[in-house]
Amino acid sequence: MHLNDIMRIHIPTSLRQYADEKDAVEVAGRTAGEGLANLTAQYPDLRRQLYTDDGKLRAFVNFYLNDEDIRSLQQENTPVKEGDSLSIVPSIAGGVELTIAE
Amino acid sequence: MLSISQSALDGLRRHGEETYPNECCGVLLGKLEGEERRVSSVARCGNTRSDSPQNRYNIDPKELIRIQRQARERGEDVVGFYHSHPDHAARWSTTDLAEAHWIGCSYVITAIEGGLAGRTCSFALGGTGEEDKCFLDEEIEPFPSAAPPESR
Repeated sequence: MHLNDIMRIHIPTSLRQYADEKDAVEVAGRTAGEGLANLTAQYPDLRRQLYTDDGKLRAFVNFYLNDEDIRSLQQENTPVKEGDSLSIVPSIAGGVELTIAE
Repeated sequence: MLSISQSALDGLRRHGEETYPNECCGVLLGKLEGEERRVSSVARCGNTRSDSPQNRYNIDPKELIRIQRQARERGEDVVGFYHSHPDHAARWSTTDLAEAHWIGCSYVITAIEGGLAGRTCSFALGGTGEEDKCFLDEEIEPFPSAAPPESR
């Protein structure tokens, strides 16, 4: 693993407006957290969408390294190697429970 | 506005009938064209809310990643999602809004009444973030499935 390892971060449709409409961005980083930090340094408007005010990853946004949820690995410290893909996936849920809007 | 191929619209409505009395869910695939979302196909998903499938739905992110990957190869993108409301109106619920996070995408809801598809409505998720997100009514305009978009 090297400092210059490059990962590909896939940006969901809903967040591309904050990333120059790009569907994927290549960034350097040894961990998922470093990659995300570099991504949000490049596109600061993305930061508010991915992190809470106290700097934690938002609970409703999932981060998958290749096909694994980083929350089931080492979270932001999950090691990344050259060529890995990190997908940002806001959750998709809902249902009729509670009240229907008029 | 949401443009959707007739076969995709028929497919998502049929999905709701098949899963009744449980909610169905899936992904709208196509292209974003300015403020318009143009849906060329839908991908069915499993509802992971096995604890309460009759009034809740959830899509496994891993399933979405697989669908996104296959869609990219066909030049399509995720432009929204659909689900059903068994024996309830085709209007968004407070749960739907609280758990919607794909701003700029469409959320399509079909009412399933006694097992048969009733109204289908679409809502675009507007706003800039969690603080000001809101659902906006949007028109659904079906287009013939056989006609490629270029020939319209």
